[in-house]
Amino acid sequence: MIGNLDYTTLQQLWWLLCSVVGALFLFLTFVQGGQSLLWQVARTDLEKSMLINSLGRKWELTFTTLVLFGGALFAAFPKFYATSFGGAYWVWILILFTFIIQAVSYEFRAKEANLLGAKTYELFLLINGTLGILLIGAAVGTFYTGSNFRLSSYNLVTWTHPLRGLEAAFNPFNVALGLFLVLNARTLGAMYLLNNIEFSGLADLETRLRRAVRTNFLSSVPFLLFVLVNILLMRGFGVDDQGTVSMVSRKYLANLLANPWLMGLLGAGLPLVFAGVFRTLHRNSSRGIWFSGTGTVLVGLTILLLPAYNQTCFYPSHFDLQSSLTIHNASSSLYTLRVMTWVALFIPVVLAYVWYVWRAMDSRKLQIADVQEKGVY
Amino acid sequence: MVENLDLSMVNWARAQFALTAMYHWIFVPLTLGLSWLIAFFHTIYVRTGNEEWKRLTRFWMKLFGINFAIGVATGIILEFEFGTNWSNYSWMVGDIFGAPLAIEGIFAFFLEATFFAVMFFGWDRVSRRFHLFSTWMVAVGSNLSAVWILVANAWMQLPVGQEFNPDTARFEMQNFAEVVFSPVAVTKFTHTTSSSMLLAALFVISVSSWFLLKKRHLLMARRSILVAAVFGLLASGFAAFTGDEAAFEVAMHQPMKLAAIEGLYQGETKAGLVALGVINQAKTVGDGRDGFLFKVKIPYLLSLLAKREPGAFVPGIHDLVYGNRTRDIMGAAAKMERGKIAVDRLDAYKEARKAGDEQAAAAALAEFTEHKQYLGYGFLTRPEEAVPPVALSFYSFRVMVMLGTLFPLVFLAYLYFAWKDRLERVTWLLVPGVFMFFLGLVAHEAGWIVAEVGRQPWAIQGLLPVTVARSNLTTGTVQTTFFMFLVLFTVLLIAEIRIMTRQISIGPEGE
Ligand code: HEM
Repeated sequence: MIGNLDYTTLQQLWWLLCSVVGALFLFLTFVQGGQSLLWQVARTDLEKSMLINSLGRKWELTFTTLVLFGGALFAAFPKFYATSFGGAYWVWILILFTFIIQAVSYEFRAKEANLLGAKTYELFLLINGTLGILLIGAAVGTFYTGSNFRLSSYNLVTWTHPLRGLEAAFNPFNVALGLFLVLNARTLGAMYLLNNIEFSGLADLETRLRRAVRTNFLSSVPFLLFVLVNILLMRGFGVDDQGTVSMVSRKYLANLLANPWLMGLLGAGLPLVFAGVFRTLHRNSSRGIWFSGTGTVLVGLTILLLPAYNQTCFYPSHFDLQSSLTIHNASSSLYTLRVMTWVALFIPVVLAYVWYVWRAMDSRKLQIADVQEKGVY
Repeated sequence: MVENLDLSMVNWARAQFALTAMYHWIFVPLTLGLSWLIAFFHTIYVRTGNEEWKRLTRFWMKLFGINFAIGVATGIILEFEFGTNWSNYSWMVGDIFGAPLAIEGIFAFFLEATFFAVMFFGWDRVSRRFHLFSTWMVAVGSNLSAVWILVANAWMQLPVGQEFNPDTARFEMQNFAEVVFSPVAVTKFTHTTSSSMLLAALFVISVSSWFLLKKRHLLMARRSILVAAVFGLLASGFAAFTGDEAAFEVAMHQPMKLAAIEGLYQGETKAGLVALGVINQAKTVGDGRDGFLFKVKIPYLLSLLAKREPGAFVPGIHDLVYGNRTRDIMGAAAKMERGKIAVDRLDAYKEARKAGDEQAAAAALAEFTEHKQYLGYGFLTRPEEAVPPVALSFYSFRVMVMLGTLFPLVFLAYLYFAWKDRLERVTWLLVPGVFMFFLGLVAHEAGWIVAEVGRQPWAIQGLLPVTVARSNLTTGTVQTTFFMFLVLFTVLLIAEIRIMTRQISIGPEGE
């Protein structure tokens, strides 16, 4: 069956798979959002401990999803991996840095003799939850706004901006996307915590979390609108049948119209995000995360798919249009994509056991007593 | 193909990879090995229902968790470093090399990440059986991740199942099964996992010896030692066996690495193995001097180990650089000539294609194809460049093997005194026992030095030198990130050691 798929189909399929992983990552950034709320909503040591222990049971899923996102892009679109990581050096190094310091923080924060003190590890979590996500947003923004690079005839990259990727963080569109992701992660984080914690004896914390859902959601809306309106209006990097790249006005709007199912994704995703918030604020529900989380996946998916399909460059260079990457010129060979597609058949199994374990572990909410045991975070 | 080559940038990028990989490897083998030991402990607890085993399991789990976190932290950078510092590599071999990394994520990392939380926090949240299952899954997951990353590394040593595509100017995968079941991948995996189990056993021995010396947690320490010594003894035997296999593979596929490991300049029949020796640092290839200032040699052994035949010829560095007609060995010098033709014809092919001159393109392609297996050599500037650092390879290998001989003796001694029930009194064994873990780490790092330094100057053996594999970055940029990682990882390591020693001195809970 997989042997019959042609090259183009496989390239599209792999962009879809990478985007699904990326979109799931955006949902799972509720961990980062929760980390950045720590300083605001948790007033006492107990409250902090509740937050950290609740998030601490999920952080590795988010982290692993990010690693898989990188790995899948490497395997399926090695030219993108080479161009972006080797070129936009500083933005990736900084992102990685925020994830390195995250990885030790849960385990080290509450342990004796941890050298830097609990506050420092909390600061690490904050940096990861804000700067890390902001920069990821800026990097994804360059899928639309383009970057500064040139490829040699052997496809080797030269970056032509001295900031080496960090310049992305000075473009309003990229920044807006980054800020939206940060605020959305915070909204999701608060909803996840509302869902995961048993609030008896912690009523204040619950109130603050609900308030955090409101403020973060409301602040995220303008950025989301800015991003969406821009996407509909902006010029895009189109590529013709000969592989020549040119600027096309309203390119992404055209892509949306050409792919009604993408419109469907967006049309389903946005209301779901709102529904989650609405249920949390007006129905006193603790299940908002499932609605807004699903909504985030669908919106994220649209944002990642829109600049890749329909003869568009997903990693364009505005310095040298002809160096821009498409899912066709950046992909692995037909053989490798086939092999990887066989491997990908295993992904549903992964999703199934993640889901099973999540349910088994969270069937009882996190209680105060749970964080008073020894050996917790 | 290679523009404005900056050697110092390449060397900083190598240093950075060595730094991050060596830091990462402080933690990884302990994760790989200890996960099995904990699964054993946990199984004994579930089988017996004895609370003492539960305490013991939880104690080792706690240490496992601390080590695991910093292993994850130091690991993420390695995957992305291929992109940031070695972007040409990522493009030129990504078609093959990316796959195992992605598969590692799908098959292994999610197992680890998902079941890790259950293992730690599942004590009263899930059923006993499911909890135990999760502990085993953590062990399976971490060792599966070793499978895939070692498949990737093995491919750098023996690039099978690929073909250079002149149109895309990259290497492309032809046969996935060859990549996965490459003999080097198999020995790498078995050698790494067995030496990791060995290391975990040493860790348990070290911590438990300390408890015995301090006269604390005696029961737990004795029980842990018993399991660890048996486990360690088996692992030592397996590590030696697979290490020998690994050396055999090296001799077959990377003769230059073997020659460097042995400090062998002139090839020999009935070659002896230098058991002990001092390398002559003034020696250069082809200068006719002796490679050693001093050496103790065991006759025939090298031929026997490397070729499985006591009289066999083992080529030396000189043969491999300048060639040896009688033995029918083509040297790096001759390969370079062919490689330069390949590089040149590839350029000509690309030019002709661009100009639309299909006839010229076909002619260039034909010549290229004839020489393409030497393409990588075309990027070397001198044949002597093909020689890896000899002293470092030689000494690291000796350190690894000598420690590999010492460890089983240590385990035997522990077993003997445990059997005689005199463990607490043999201070002369317990005191050095506390340091065995660090010696184990030394052996591990030495092993990787042998494998990776011995591969130089190649990123992909024979195909892609590190000078071509690099990113287009300034030396200053790579230097900056080098020091960023150095400082960050050192701080985290110090924190880890302090937390770990504090947790050890706190001991198991509830006593
Ligand atoms: C006892 C005899 C041993 C022999 C003959 C041996 C042999 C080897 C050889 C030939 C390699 C290089 C493989 C390559 O270049 O691809 C190697 C690598 C390595 N060794 Fe050993 N070794 C021994 C013991 C040990 C011990 C005791 C440890 C650690 C406790 C260890 C840890 C490693 C590691 C981590 C590597 C790098 C991974 C790899 O390439 O497999 N070895 N060993």
